[in-house]
Amino acid sequence: MSTATENQVMLHDCRDAFAATLEQLARADERIVTVANDSVGSSKLGSFRKQWPERLVNVGIAEQSLVGVGAGLANSGLIPFVCAASCFLTGRALEQIKADIAYSQANVKLCGISSGVAYGQLGPTHHSIEDLAWTRVLDGLEIFVPVDDVETAQVIRYVADSDRPAFVRLSRMGVPTLMSEDYQFRPGQAPVLRQGNDITLIGCGVTVCRALEAAEQLAQSGIEARVISCTSIAPLDRNTLLSAARETGHLLTLEEHSVRGGMGSAVAELVAQEAPCRMKLLGFESFAPTGAAGWLLDDAGMSVEGIVTSAHALLK
Amino acid sequence: MVDRKSLPPVEVARHCHSMRKLIIQTIGTAGMGHIGGDLSVTDILGSLYFHVLQYDPEQPHHPERDRFIMSKGHCAVALYTVMASAGYFPVDELSTFIQPRSRLNGHPCNVKLPGVETSTGPLGHGLPVGVGAAIGAKLQQKSWQVFVVVGDGELQEGSNWEAAMTAAYKQLDNLTLIIDRNRMQQGDHTQDVTSMEPLADRFTAFGWETHEVDGHDHAALINALTAPRTPGMPRCLVAHTIKGNGISFIRDRVEWHHKVPTPEQIEQALAELESTP
Repeated sequence: MSTATENQVMLHDCRDAFAATLEQLARADERIVTVANDSVGSSKLGSFRKQWPERLVNVGIAEQSLVGVGAGLANSGLIPFVCAASCFLTGRALEQIKADIAYSQANVKLCGISSGVAYGQLGPTHHSIEDLAWTRVLDGLEIFVPVDDVETAQVIRYVADSDRPAFVRLSRMGVPTLMSEDYQFRPGQAPVLRQGNDITLIGCGVTVCRALEAAEQLAQSGIEARVISCTSIAPLDRNTLLSAARETGHLLTLEEHSVRGGMGSAVAELVAQEAPCRMKLLGFESFAPTGAAGWLLDDAGMSVEGIVTSAHALLK
Repeated sequence: MVDRKSLPPVEVARHCHSMRKLIIQTIGTAGMGHIGGDLSVTDILGSLYFHVLQYDPEQPHHPERDRFIMSKGHCAVALYTVMASAGYFPVDELSTFIQPRSRLNGHPCNVKLPGVETSTGPLGHGLPVGVGAAIGAKLQQKSWQVFVVVGDGELQEGSNWEAAMTAAYKQLDNLTLIIDRNRMQQGDHTQDVTSMEPLADRFTAFGWETHEVDGHDHAALINALTAPRTPGMPRCLVAHTIKGNGISFIRDRVEWHHKVPTPEQIEQALAELESTP
Protein backbone atom coordinates (compact mmCIF):
# COMPACT_ATOMS: atom_id res chain seq x y z
CA MET A 1 0.00 0.00 0.00
CA SER A 2 1.31 3.40 -0.84
CA THR A 3 0.27 5.09 2.39
CA ALA A 4 1.71 5.42 5.83
CA THR A 5 -0.74 2.89 7.28
CA GLU A 6 1.70 0.03 7.37
CA ASN A 7 4.05 2.02 9.52
CA GLN A 8 1.41 3.13 11.97
CA VAL A 9 -1.05 0.28 12.39
CA MET A 10 -0.37 -3.27 13.39
CA LEU A 11 -1.16 -5.64 10.53
CA HIS A 12 -2.52 -9.13 11.04
CA ASP A 13 -2.20 -12.27 9.00
CA CYS A 14 -5.76 -13.62 9.22
CA ARG A 15 -4.44 -17.17 9.13
CA ASP A 16 -3.29 -16.66 12.72
CA ALA A 17 -6.80 -15.84 13.90
CA PHE A 18 -8.07 -18.76 11.81
CA ALA A 19 -5.69 -21.25 13.41
CA ALA A 20 -6.12 -19.94 16.95
CA THR A 21 -9.91 -20.03 16.70
CA LEU A 22 -9.89 -23.50 15.20
CA GLU A 23 -7.75 -24.76 18.08
CA GLN A 24 -10.08 -23.20 20.64
CA LEU A 25 -13.05 -24.85 18.99
CA ALA A 26 -11.26 -28.19 18.64
CA ARG A 27 -10.45 -28.17 22.33
CA ALA A 28 -14.14 -27.97 23.14
CA ASP A 29 -15.52 -30.20 20.38
CA GLU A 30 -13.89 -33.50 19.45
CA ARG A 31 -15.83 -33.61 16.19
CA ILE A 32 -13.67 -30.86 14.72
CA VAL A 33 -10.96 -32.28 12.48
CA THR A 34 -8.74 -30.77 9.82
CA VAL A 35 -7.84 -32.11 6.39
CA ALA A 36 -4.77 -30.92 4.53
CA ASN A 37 -3.02 -31.51 1.22
CA ASP A 38 0.54 -31.26 2.51
CA SER A 39 -0.41 -27.68 3.37
CA VAL A 40 0.05 -27.96 7.12
CA GLY A 41 2.49 -25.09 7.35
CA SER A 42 0.82 -22.70 4.94
CA SER A 43 -2.54 -23.40 6.59
CA LYS A 44 -0.93 -22.70 9.99
CA LEU A 45 -2.02 -26.11 11.26
CA GLY A 46 1.31 -27.00 12.88
CA SER A 47 0.07 -26.26 16.38
CA PHE A 48 -3.19 -28.13 15.72
CA ARG A 49 -1.19 -31.16 14.59
CA LYS A 50 1.01 -31.00 17.65
CA GLN A 51 -2.02 -31.10 19.95
CA TRP A 52 -4.18 -33.57 18.01
CA PRO A 53 -2.01 -35.43 15.50
CA GLU A 54 -4.72 -37.99 14.78
CA ARG A 55 -7.28 -35.27 14.06
CA LEU A 56 -5.26 -33.79 11.21
CA VAL A 57 -5.76 -35.92 8.12
CA ASN A 58 -3.03 -35.13 5.62
CA VAL A 59 -3.97 -36.79 2.34
CA GLY A 60 -0.90 -35.50 0.56
CA ILE A 61 -0.84 -33.57 -2.67
CA ALA A 62 -4.19 -34.85 -3.87
CA GLU A 63 -6.89 -32.19 -3.94
CA GLN A 64 -9.71 -34.24 -5.44
CA SER A 65 -9.29 -36.82 -2.73
CA LEU A 66 -8.82 -34.03 -0.17
CA VAL A 67 -12.34 -32.73 -0.74
CA GLY A 68 -13.89 -36.18 -1.10
CA VAL A 69 -12.26 -37.33 2.13
CA GLY A 70 -13.69 -34.21 3.78
CA ALA A 71 -17.17 -35.21 2.60
CA GLY A 72 -16.64 -38.71 3.98
CA LEU A 73 -15.48 -37.41 7.35
CA ALA A 74 -18.62 -35.28 7.51
CA ASN A 75 -20.70 -38.34 6.62
CA SER A 76 -19.16 -40.13 9.60
CA GLY A 77 -20.39 -37.38 11.94
CA LEU A 78 -17.29 -35.21 12.18
CA ILE A 79 -16.88 -31.51 11.32
CA PRO A 80 -13.99 -31.29 8.88
CA PHE A 81 -12.12 -28.10 8.02
CA VAL A 82 -10.55 -28.81 4.65
CA CYS A 83 -7.56 -26.51 4.23
CA ALA A 84 -5.52 -25.89 1.11
CA ALA A 85 -4.19 -23.09 -1.02
CA SER A 86 -7.32 -21.60 -2.52
CA CYS A 87 -6.05 -21.87 -6.11
CA PHE A 88 -5.70 -25.66 -5.86
CA LEU A 89 -8.62 -26.29 -3.53
CA THR A 90 -11.15 -24.58 -5.77
CA GLY A 91 -9.56 -25.17 -9.16
CA ARG A 92 -8.35 -28.75 -8.88
CA ALA A 93 -11.30 -30.05 -6.88
CA LEU A 94 -14.15 -27.96 -8.25
CA GLU A 95 -16.24 -30.95 -9.29
CA GLN A 96 -15.79 -32.51 -5.85
CA ILE A 97 -16.87 -29.20 -4.29
CA LYS A 98 -19.93 -29.21 -6.52
CA ALA A 99 -21.00 -32.86 -6.21
CA ASP A 100 -19.60 -34.08 -2.88
CA ILE A 101 -20.02 -30.89 -0.85
CA ALA A 102 -22.61 -28.46 -2.25
CA TYR A 103 -25.02 -30.82 -4.01
CA SER A 104 -24.67 -33.47 -1.30
CA GLN A 105 -24.87 -30.83 1.45
CA ALA A 106 -21.91 -32.35 3.26
CA ASN A 107 -21.12 -30.47 6.46
CA VAL A 108 -17.63 -29.49 5.30
CA LYS A 109 -15.83 -26.19 5.85
CA LEU A 110 -13.60 -25.44 2.87
CA CYS A 111 -10.83 -23.05 3.84
CA GLY A 112 -9.10 -21.43 0.89
CA ILE A 113 -5.74 -20.31 2.21
CA SER A 114 -3.54 -17.66 0.55
CA SER A 115 -6.31 -16.64 -1.77
CA GLY A 116 -6.27 -13.78 -4.27
CA VAL A 117 -2.78 -12.71 -5.21
CA ALA A 118 -1.18 -13.65 -1.89
CA TYR A 119 1.33 -15.74 -3.85
CA GLY A 120 2.00 -12.71 -6.01
CA GLN A 121 5.51 -13.48 -7.16
CA LEU A 122 4.69 -17.12 -7.92
CA GLY A 123 2.57 -16.04 -10.85
CA PRO A 124 -0.94 -16.70 -12.13
CA THR A 125 -0.81 -20.49 -11.62
CA HIS A 126 -0.70 -19.76 -7.90
CA HIS A 127 -2.94 -16.71 -7.88
CA SER A 128 -6.49 -17.46 -6.88
CA ILE A 129 -8.44 -14.71 -8.55
CA GLU A 130 -11.08 -17.05 -9.97
CA ASP A 131 -12.17 -18.85 -6.80
CA LEU A 132 -15.20 -16.70 -6.00
CA ALA A 133 -16.46 -17.01 -9.57
CA TRP A 134 -16.11 -20.80 -9.49
CA THR A 135 -17.72 -21.31 -6.11
CA ARG A 136 -20.31 -18.55 -6.23
CA VAL A 137 -22.39 -20.33 -8.85
CA LEU A 138 -22.76 -23.43 -6.68
CA ASP A 139 -26.09 -23.63 -4.94
CA GLY A 140 -26.01 -24.51 -1.26
CA LEU A 141 -22.52 -23.24 -0.49
CA GLU A 142 -22.07 -20.29 1.84
CA ILE A 143 -19.09 -18.10 0.96
CA PHE A 144 -17.35 -15.67 3.30
CA VAL A 145 -14.36 -13.37 2.87
CA PRO A 146 -13.43 -12.04 6.29
CA VAL A 147 -11.98 -8.56 6.47
CA ASP A 148 -9.63 -8.83 9.42
CA ASP A 149 -8.53 -10.97 12.35
CA VAL A 150 -11.63 -10.27 14.44
CA GLU A 151 -14.02 -11.17 11.66
CA THR A 152 -11.97 -14.22 10.70
CA ALA A 153 -12.40 -15.60 14.20
CA GLN A 154 -16.12 -14.86 14.07
CA VAL A 155 -16.56 -16.51 10.68
CA ILE A 156 -14.72 -19.62 11.80
CA ARG A 157 -16.91 -19.85 14.89
CA TYR A 158 -20.03 -19.44 12.78
CA VAL A 159 -19.13 -22.11 10.21
CA ALA A 160 -18.11 -24.56 12.93
CA ASP A 161 -21.49 -24.11 14.55
CA SER A 162 -23.49 -24.23 11.32
CA ASP A 163 -24.47 -27.56 9.77
CA ARG A 164 -24.17 -26.17 6.25
CA PRO A 165 -21.17 -26.40 3.93
CA ALA A 166 -19.13 -23.22 3.53
CA PHE A 167 -16.15 -21.81 1.68
CA VAL A 168 -14.05 -19.38 3.71
CA ARG A 169 -11.58 -17.36 1.67
CA LEU A 170 -8.53 -16.37 3.67
CA SER A 171 -5.65 -14.18 2.60
CA ARG A 172 -2.15 -14.02 4.02
CA MET A 173 -1.67 -10.30 3.33
CA GLY A 174 -1.40 -8.25 6.49
CA VAL A 175 -4.54 -6.27 7.27
CA PRO A 176 -5.36 -3.85 10.09
CA THR A 177 -8.04 -4.72 12.62
CA LEU A 178 -11.18 -2.97 11.40
CA MET A 179 -13.90 -4.58 13.46
CA SER A 180 -14.49 -3.89 17.14
CA GLU A 181 -14.09 -6.66 19.68
CA ASP A 182 -17.85 -6.85 20.25
CA TYR A 183 -18.61 -7.27 16.54
CA GLN A 184 -20.93 -10.18 15.79
CA PHE A 185 -20.68 -11.78 12.36
CA ARG A 186 -23.85 -13.02 10.74
CA PRO A 187 -24.18 -14.69 7.32
CA GLY A 188 -25.85 -12.41 4.82
CA GLN A 189 -24.62 -9.31 6.61
CA ALA A 190 -22.34 -6.73 4.99
CA PRO A 191 -20.96 -4.44 7.69
CA VAL A 192 -21.07 -0.72 6.89
CA LEU A 193 -17.74 0.64 8.10
CA ARG A 194 -18.21 4.25 7.11
CA GLN A 195 -21.32 6.30 6.42
CA GLY A 196 -21.68 8.55 3.40
CA ASN A 197 -24.24 9.34 0.73
CA ASP A 198 -22.27 10.38 -2.35
CA ILE A 199 -20.80 7.06 -3.43
CA THR A 200 -20.35 3.57 -1.95
CA LEU A 201 -17.05 1.75 -1.95
CA ILE A 202 -17.63 -2.00 -1.58
CA GLY A 203 -14.64 -4.16 -0.77
CA CYS A 204 -14.09 -7.64 0.58
CA GLY A 205 -11.14 -9.06 2.45
CA VAL A 206 -7.87 -7.19 1.94
CA THR A 207 -9.32 -4.37 -0.17
CA VAL A 208 -11.58 -2.95 2.54
CA CYS A 209 -8.84 -1.15 4.45
CA ARG A 210 -7.81 0.51 1.17
CA ALA A 211 -11.41 1.59 0.59
CA LEU A 212 -11.50 3.21 4.03
CA GLU A 213 -8.35 5.18 3.31
CA ALA A 214 -9.68 6.23 -0.07
CA ALA A 215 -12.89 7.40 1.61
CA GLU A 216 -10.86 9.66 3.90
CA GLN A 217 -9.10 11.18 0.91
CA LEU A 218 -12.37 11.65 -0.94
CA ALA A 219 -13.76 13.44 2.12
CA GLN A 220 -11.03 16.02 1.74
CA SER A 221 -12.55 16.98 -1.59
CA GLY A 222 -16.05 17.04 -0.15
CA ILE A 223 -17.16 13.57 -1.26
CA GLU A 224 -18.63 11.44 1.50
CA ALA A 225 -18.18 7.76 0.63
CA ARG A 226 -19.99 4.93 2.30
CA VAL A 227 -17.74 1.91 2.82
CA ILE A 228 -19.11 -1.62 2.99
CA SER A 229 -17.34 -4.89 3.61
CA CYS A 230 -19.08 -7.50 1.48
CA THR A 231 -17.89 -10.29 3.75
CA SER A 232 -20.81 -12.55 2.95
CA ILE A 233 -20.63 -13.30 -0.76
CA ALA A 234 -23.27 -16.01 -0.45
CA PRO A 235 -25.76 -15.16 0.85
CA LEU A 236 -25.48 -11.49 -0.11
CA ASP A 237 -26.75 -8.73 2.16
CA ARG A 238 -29.46 -7.57 -0.20
CA ASN A 239 -30.80 -4.80 2.00
CA THR A 240 -27.49 -3.12 2.72
CA LEU A 241 -26.36 -3.32 -0.90
CA LEU A 242 -29.65 -2.15 -2.41
CA SER A 243 -29.87 0.71 0.11
CA ALA A 244 -26.39 1.78 -0.89
CA ALA A 245 -27.36 1.71 -4.57
CA ARG A 246 -30.52 3.74 -3.97
CA GLU A 247 -29.06 6.21 -1.49
CA THR A 248 -25.67 6.88 -3.05
CA GLY A 249 -26.39 6.11 -6.72
CA HIS A 250 -22.78 5.12 -7.39
CA LEU A 251 -21.13 1.81 -6.47
CA LEU A 252 -17.43 1.14 -6.80
CA THR A 253 -16.46 -2.44 -6.02
CA LEU A 254 -12.89 -3.51 -5.36
CA GLU A 255 -11.71 -7.05 -4.90
CA GLU A 256 -8.62 -9.22 -4.96
CA HIS A 257 -10.24 -11.25 -7.71
CA SER A 258 -11.01 -11.20 -11.39
CA VAL A 259 -13.55 -8.54 -12.37
CA ARG A 260 -15.44 -11.36 -14.02
CA GLY A 261 -17.64 -13.41 -11.73
CA GLY A 262 -16.49 -12.23 -8.32
CA MET A 263 -17.95 -10.03 -5.59
CA GLY A 264 -18.41 -7.06 -7.92
CA SER A 265 -20.31 -9.25 -10.37
CA ALA A 266 -22.50 -10.54 -7.55
CA VAL A 267 -23.35 -6.98 -6.51
CA ALA A 268 -23.94 -5.99 -10.13
CA GLU A 269 -26.33 -8.90 -10.70
CA LEU A 270 -28.37 -7.80 -7.72
CA VAL A 271 -28.32 -4.06 -8.37
CA ALA A 272 -28.93 -4.29 -12.11
CA GLN A 273 -32.18 -6.12 -11.46
CA GLU A 274 -33.48 -4.25 -8.44
CA ALA A 275 -31.89 -0.81 -8.11
CA PRO A 276 -29.86 0.08 -11.21
CA CYS A 277 -27.23 2.73 -10.62
CA ARG A 278 -23.80 3.70 -11.89
CA MET A 279 -21.18 1.06 -11.16
CA LYS A 280 -17.52 0.40 -11.70
CA LEU A 281 -15.82 -2.90 -10.87
CA LEU A 282 -12.18 -2.83 -9.83
CA GLY A 283 -10.20 -6.05 -9.79
CA PHE A 284 -7.99 -8.04 -12.11
CA GLU A 285 -8.88 -7.80 -15.76
CA SER A 286 -6.40 -10.43 -16.96
CA PHE A 287 -3.91 -12.90 -15.53
CA ALA A 288 -1.94 -10.70 -13.17
CA PRO A 289 1.72 -9.98 -13.72
CA THR A 290 4.33 -11.19 -11.25
CA GLY A 291 4.93 -9.03 -8.22
CA ALA A 292 4.27 -8.70 -4.52
CA ALA A 293 0.61 -8.87 -3.54
CA GLY A 294 0.35 -5.22 -2.47
CA TRP A 295 1.97 -4.04 -5.66
CA LEU A 296 -0.38 -6.19 -7.72
CA LEU A 297 -3.39 -4.56 -6.09
CA ASP A 298 -1.89 -1.15 -6.81
CA ASP A 299 -1.16 -2.17 -10.38
CA ALA A 300 -4.76 -3.27 -10.88
CA GLY A 301 -6.01 0.19 -9.92
CA MET A 302 -6.62 -0.55 -6.25
CA SER A 303 -4.00 1.66 -4.65
CA VAL A 304 -5.65 4.29 -2.49
CA GLU A 305 -4.94 6.85 -5.21
CA GLY A 306 -6.28 4.50 -7.86
CA ILE A 307 -9.52 4.00 -5.92
CA VAL A 308 -9.89 7.76 -5.46
CA THR A 309 -9.34 8.33 -9.17
CA SER A 310 -11.93 5.69 -10.08
CA ALA A 311 -14.39 7.22 -7.62
CA HIS A 312 -14.01 10.66 -9.16
CA ALA A 313 -14.44 9.19 -12.65
CA LEU A 314 -17.59 7.36 -11.60
CA LEU A 315 -19.06 10.52 -10.09
CA LYS A 316 -18.45 12.62 -13.23
CA MET B 1 -26.74 -50.78 17.03
CA VAL B 2 -28.37 -51.82 13.80
CA ASP B 3 -28.86 -55.57 13.72
CA ARG B 4 -30.07 -56.77 10.37
CA LYS B 5 -30.53 -60.43 9.53
CA SER B 6 -28.23 -61.85 6.88
CA LEU B 7 -30.04 -63.93 4.29
CA PRO B 8 -28.45 -67.13 2.97
CA PRO B 9 -27.02 -66.98 -0.57
CA VAL B 10 -29.96 -68.83 -2.09
CA GLU B 11 -32.37 -66.18 -0.81
CA VAL B 12 -30.03 -63.40 -1.91
CA ALA B 13 -30.09 -64.98 -5.37
CA ARG B 14 -33.89 -64.92 -5.34
CA HIS B 15 -33.89 -61.22 -4.51
CA CYS B 16 -31.39 -60.52 -7.28
CA HIS B 17 -33.56 -62.35 -9.78
CA SER B 18 -36.51 -60.15 -8.82
CA MET B 19 -34.30 -57.08 -8.98
CA ARG B 20 -33.35 -57.88 -12.57
CA LYS B 21 -37.03 -57.87 -13.54
CA LEU B 22 -37.55 -54.57 -11.76
CA ILE B 23 -34.53 -53.09 -13.51
CA ILE B 24 -35.86 -54.11 -16.92
CA GLN B 25 -39.33 -52.79 -16.11
CA THR B 26 -38.02 -49.52 -14.67
CA ILE B 27 -35.80 -48.78 -17.66
CA GLY B 28 -38.58 -49.83 -20.03
CA THR B 29 -41.05 -47.45 -18.36
CA ALA B 30 -38.59 -44.57 -18.18
CA GLY B 31 -37.08 -45.04 -21.62
CA MET B 32 -33.70 -44.36 -20.10
CA GLY B 33 -31.09 -46.09 -17.97
CA HIS B 34 -27.72 -47.77 -17.96
CA ILE B 35 -28.97 -51.29 -18.43
CA GLY B 36 -25.62 -53.02 -19.03
CA GLY B 37 -23.98 -51.82 -15.83
CA ASP B 38 -27.19 -52.17 -13.81
CA LEU B 39 -27.29 -55.87 -14.66
CA SER B 40 -23.58 -56.42 -14.03
CA VAL B 41 -23.73 -54.92 -10.54
CA THR B 42 -27.05 -56.47 -9.45
CA ASP B 43 -25.60 -59.48 -7.66
CA ILE B 44 -22.99 -57.35 -5.89
CA LEU B 45 -25.69 -55.00 -4.59
CA GLY B 46 -27.98 -57.86 -3.61
CA SER B 47 -25.20 -59.57 -1.66
CA LEU B 48 -24.41 -56.35 0.14
CA TYR B 49 -27.97 -55.31 1.02
CA PHE B 50 -29.37 -58.75 1.84
CA HIS B 51 -26.42 -60.28 3.63
CA VAL B 52 -23.55 -57.95 4.47
CA LEU B 53 -24.68 -54.40 5.27
CA GLN B 54 -26.10 -53.35 8.62
CA TYR B 55 -28.78 -50.68 8.19
CA ASP B 56 -32.32 -49.75 9.10
CA PRO B 57 -34.51 -48.39 6.28
CA GLU B 58 -36.71 -46.78 8.94
CA GLN B 59 -33.70 -44.86 10.24
CA PRO B 60 -31.58 -44.22 7.16
CA HIS B 61 -29.30 -41.83 9.05
CA HIS B 62 -28.72 -44.19 11.98
CA PRO B 63 -25.21 -43.25 13.16
CA GLU B 64 -24.13 -46.89 13.55
CA ARG B 65 -25.16 -47.98 10.04
CA ASP B 66 -22.65 -49.37 7.61
CA ARG B 67 -21.92 -46.91 4.84
CA PHE B 68 -22.46 -48.02 1.27
CA ILE B 69 -21.36 -45.72 -1.53
CA MET B 70 -22.40 -46.38 -5.12
CA SER B 71 -19.62 -44.59 -6.95
CA LYS B 72 -20.88 -45.71 -10.36
CA GLY B 73 -23.89 -43.46 -9.97
CA HIS B 74 -25.06 -43.93 -13.55
CA CYS B 75 -26.29 -47.35 -12.43
CA ALA B 76 -28.86 -45.61 -10.26
CA VAL B 77 -31.65 -47.97 -11.33
CA ALA B 78 -29.79 -50.92 -9.82
CA LEU B 79 -29.24 -48.95 -6.61
CA TYR B 80 -32.88 -47.81 -6.42
CA THR B 81 -34.04 -51.33 -7.09
CA VAL B 82 -32.03 -52.86 -4.28
CA MET B 83 -33.01 -50.02 -1.93
CA ALA B 84 -36.69 -50.46 -2.73
CA SER B 85 -36.37 -54.22 -2.33
CA ALA B 86 -34.68 -53.66 1.03
CA GLY B 87 -37.50 -51.43 2.24
CA TYR B 88 -36.23 -47.88 1.86
CA PHE B 89 -39.22 -46.93 -0.28
CA PRO B 90 -42.11 -48.72 -2.01
CA VAL B 91 -41.19 -50.78 -5.05
CA ASP B 92 -44.00 -49.00 -6.94
CA GLU B 93 -42.03 -45.76 -6.71
CA LEU B 94 -39.49 -47.18 -9.16
CA SER B 95 -41.97 -46.21 -11.90
CA THR B 96 -41.22 -42.54 -11.10
CA PHE B 97 -37.57 -42.92 -12.13
CA ILE B 98 -36.50 -39.72 -13.98
CA GLN B 99 -40.07 -38.40 -14.07
CA PRO B 100 -40.35 -34.61 -13.51
CA ARG B 101 -39.32 -33.74 -9.94
CA SER B 102 -38.94 -37.40 -9.01
CA ARG B 103 -36.53 -38.04 -6.17
CA LEU B 104 -35.24 -40.93 -8.25
CA ASN B 105 -32.89 -38.87 -10.39
CA GLY B 106 -30.91 -40.28 -13.27
CA HIS B 107 -28.05 -40.28 -10.76
CA PRO B 108 -28.62 -40.77 -7.01
CA CYS B 109 -28.94 -37.74 -4.74
CA ASN B 110 -28.53 -38.17 -0.98
CA VAL B 111 -30.43 -34.99 -0.17
CA LYS B 112 -33.52 -36.23 -2.01
CA LEU B 113 -33.36 -39.92 -1.17
CA PRO B 114 -32.50 -40.91 2.41
CA GLY B 115 -30.30 -43.99 2.43
CA VAL B 116 -28.07 -42.70 -0.34
CA GLU B 117 -24.86 -41.66 1.44
CA THR B 118 -23.51 -39.13 -1.06
CA SER B 119 -24.64 -37.90 -4.45
CA THR B 120 -22.74 -39.56 -7.27
CA GLY B 121 -22.73 -39.37 -11.02
CA PRO B 122 -19.41 -37.88 -12.02
CA LEU B 123 -16.97 -40.76 -11.84
CA GLY B 124 -14.14 -41.20 -9.36
CA HIS B 125 -15.94 -39.54 -6.45
CA GLY B 126 -17.05 -42.50 -4.33
CA LEU B 127 -13.75 -43.91 -3.14
CA PRO B 128 -12.38 -40.66 -1.66
CA VAL B 129 -15.66 -40.17 0.21
CA GLY B 130 -15.49 -43.77 1.42
CA VAL B 131 -11.94 -43.24 2.59
CA GLY B 132 -13.06 -40.17 4.55
CA ALA B 133 -15.92 -42.09 6.16
CA ALA B 134 -13.58 -44.95 7.08
CA ILE B 135 -11.08 -42.54 8.64
CA GLY B 136 -13.98 -40.94 10.50
CA ALA B 137 -15.08 -44.31 11.87
CA LYS B 138 -11.55 -45.03 13.09
CA LEU B 139 -11.21 -41.61 14.71
CA GLN B 140 -14.45 -42.19 16.60
CA GLN B 141 -13.69 -45.84 17.39
CA LYS B 142 -16.81 -46.97 15.57
CA SER B 143 -17.21 -50.53 14.39
CA TRP B 144 -19.34 -49.83 11.32
CA GLN B 145 -17.87 -50.62 7.94
CA VAL B 146 -17.57 -48.75 4.66
CA PHE B 147 -18.23 -50.36 1.27
CA VAL B 148 -17.72 -48.67 -2.08
CA VAL B 149 -18.67 -50.02 -5.52
CA VAL B 150 -16.83 -48.61 -8.52
CA GLY B 151 -17.03 -49.50 -12.17
CA ASP B 152 -13.85 -50.73 -13.79
CA GLY B 153 -13.78 -48.00 -16.44
CA GLU B 154 -14.23 -45.51 -13.65
CA LEU B 155 -10.77 -46.44 -12.35
CA GLN B 156 -9.34 -44.38 -15.18
CA GLU B 157 -10.17 -41.36 -13.00
CA GLY B 158 -7.04 -40.41 -11.06
CA SER B 159 -8.95 -39.47 -7.91
CA ASN B 160 -9.40 -43.20 -7.21
CA TRP B 161 -5.68 -43.70 -7.02
CA GLU B 162 -5.22 -40.67 -4.78
CA ALA B 163 -7.70 -42.24 -2.39
CA ALA B 164 -6.25 -45.75 -2.82
CA MET B 165 -2.91 -44.47 -1.58
CA THR B 166 -4.46 -42.79 1.43
CA ALA B 167 -6.56 -45.85 2.30
CA ALA B 168 -3.51 -48.10 2.48
CA TYR B 169 -1.39 -45.55 4.30
CA LYS B 170 -4.14 -44.98 6.87
CA GLN B 171 -4.53 -48.75 7.30
CA LEU B 172 -8.26 -48.67 6.66
CA ASP B 173 -9.21 -52.26 7.45
CA ASN B 174 -12.82 -51.05 7.79
CA LEU B 175 -13.03 -50.21 4.08
CA THR B 176 -13.95 -52.55 1.23
CA LEU B 177 -13.81 -51.56 -2.41
CA ILE B 178 -15.72 -53.73 -4.88
CA ILE B 179 -14.82 -53.30 -8.52
CA ASP B 180 -17.60 -54.23 -10.94
CA ARG B 181 -15.15 -55.65 -13.45
CA ASN B 182 -17.41 -56.02 -16.48
CA ARG B 183 -14.51 -55.13 -18.83
CA MET B 184 -16.48 -52.48 -20.67
CA GLN B 185 -16.99 -48.77 -20.48
CA GLN B 186 -19.38 -46.51 -22.33
CA GLY B 187 -17.83 -46.70 -25.74
CA ASP B 188 -15.62 -49.76 -25.85
CA HIS B 189 -13.92 -52.59 -24.00
CA THR B 190 -11.64 -51.19 -21.29
CA GLN B 191 -8.82 -53.16 -22.88
CA ASP B 192 -9.24 -51.12 -26.06
CA VAL B 193 -9.37 -47.75 -24.29
CA THR B 194 -6.91 -47.79 -21.41
CA SER B 195 -6.01 -51.21 -20.12
CA MET B 196 -6.90 -51.95 -16.51
CA GLU B 197 -4.58 -54.92 -16.22
CA PRO B 198 -3.04 -56.17 -14.09
CA LEU B 199 -5.88 -54.76 -12.03
CA ALA B 200 -5.63 -56.89 -8.90
CA ASP B 201 -1.85 -56.55 -8.86
CA ARG B 202 -2.19 -52.79 -9.04
CA PHE B 203 -4.27 -52.68 -5.87
CA THR B 204 -1.96 -55.16 -4.19
CA ALA B 205 0.97 -52.93 -5.09
CA PHE B 206 -0.89 -49.99 -3.56
CA GLY B 207 -1.05 -51.88 -0.26
CA TRP B 208 -4.52 -53.39 -0.45
CA GLU B 209 -5.62 -56.92 0.44
CA THR B 210 -6.93 -57.95 -2.94
CA HIS B 211 -9.15 -60.84 -4.03
CA GLU B 212 -10.70 -61.85 -7.30
CA VAL B 213 -14.21 -63.21 -7.17
CA ASP B 214 -17.05 -64.20 -9.48
CA GLY B 215 -19.31 -61.17 -9.25
CA HIS B 216 -22.41 -63.19 -10.07
CA ASP B 217 -21.81 -65.95 -7.48
CA HIS B 218 -23.65 -64.84 -4.35
CA ALA B 219 -22.00 -67.35 -2.05
CA ALA B 220 -18.55 -66.40 -3.31
CA LEU B 221 -19.32 -62.68 -3.01
CA ILE B 222 -20.68 -63.05 0.51
CA ASN B 223 -17.70 -65.15 1.48
CA ALA B 224 -15.26 -62.59 0.18
CA LEU B 225 -17.16 -59.67 1.70
CA THR B 226 -17.37 -61.20 5.15
CA ALA B 227 -14.01 -63.01 5.40
CA PRO B 228 -11.90 -62.05 8.43
CA ARG B 229 -9.94 -58.88 7.81
CA THR B 230 -6.20 -58.54 7.51
CA PRO B 231 -5.44 -56.00 10.23
CA GLY B 232 -4.32 -52.68 8.82
CA MET B 233 -5.26 -53.32 5.19
CA PRO B 234 -8.14 -52.02 3.09
CA ARG B 235 -9.79 -54.74 1.05
CA CYS B 236 -10.35 -54.74 -2.69
CA LEU B 237 -12.55 -57.26 -4.44
CA VAL B 238 -12.17 -57.48 -8.17
CA ALA B 239 -15.63 -58.85 -8.94
CA HIS B 240 -15.60 -60.36 -12.41
CA THR B 241 -18.96 -59.64 -13.95
CA ILE B 242 -20.67 -59.61 -17.32
CA LYS B 243 -22.32 -56.45 -18.51
CA GLY B 244 -26.02 -57.02 -19.11
CA ASN B 245 -25.86 -60.37 -17.32
CA GLY B 246 -29.09 -62.35 -17.31
CA ILE B 247 -30.52 -61.26 -20.67
CA SER B 248 -29.24 -63.10 -23.74
CA PHE B 249 -29.34 -60.25 -26.24
CA ILE B 250 -27.93 -57.64 -23.86
CA ARG B 251 -25.26 -59.75 -22.23
CA ASP B 252 -21.63 -58.82 -22.85
CA ARG B 253 -22.32 -56.29 -25.60
CA VAL B 254 -20.73 -52.84 -25.57
CA GLU B 255 -23.68 -51.25 -27.36
CA TRP B 256 -25.96 -52.01 -24.39
CA HIS B 257 -24.21 -49.55 -22.06
CA HIS B 258 -27.25 -47.31 -22.00
CA LYS B 259 -29.33 -48.46 -24.93
CA VAL B 260 -33.03 -48.72 -24.14
CA PRO B 261 -34.86 -51.90 -25.08
CA THR B 262 -37.91 -51.68 -27.32
CA PRO B 263 -41.26 -52.80 -25.84
CA GLU B 264 -40.81 -56.12 -27.63
CA GLN B 265 -37.33 -56.51 -26.20
CA ILE B 266 -38.66 -55.73 -22.73
CA GLU B 267 -41.16 -58.52 -23.11
CA GLN B 268 -38.49 -60.88 -24.35
CA ALA B 269 -36.17 -59.95 -21.47
CA LEU B 270 -38.88 -60.49 -18.89
CA ALA B 271 -39.83 -63.79 -20.51
CA GLU B 272 -36.21 -64.92 -20.35
CA LEU B 273 -36.10 -64.06 -16.66
CA GLU B 274 -39.38 -65.87 -16.05
CA SER B 275 -38.01 -68.99 -17.65
CA THR B 276 -34.83 -69.01 -15.57
CA PRO B 277 -34.90 -70.07 -11.93
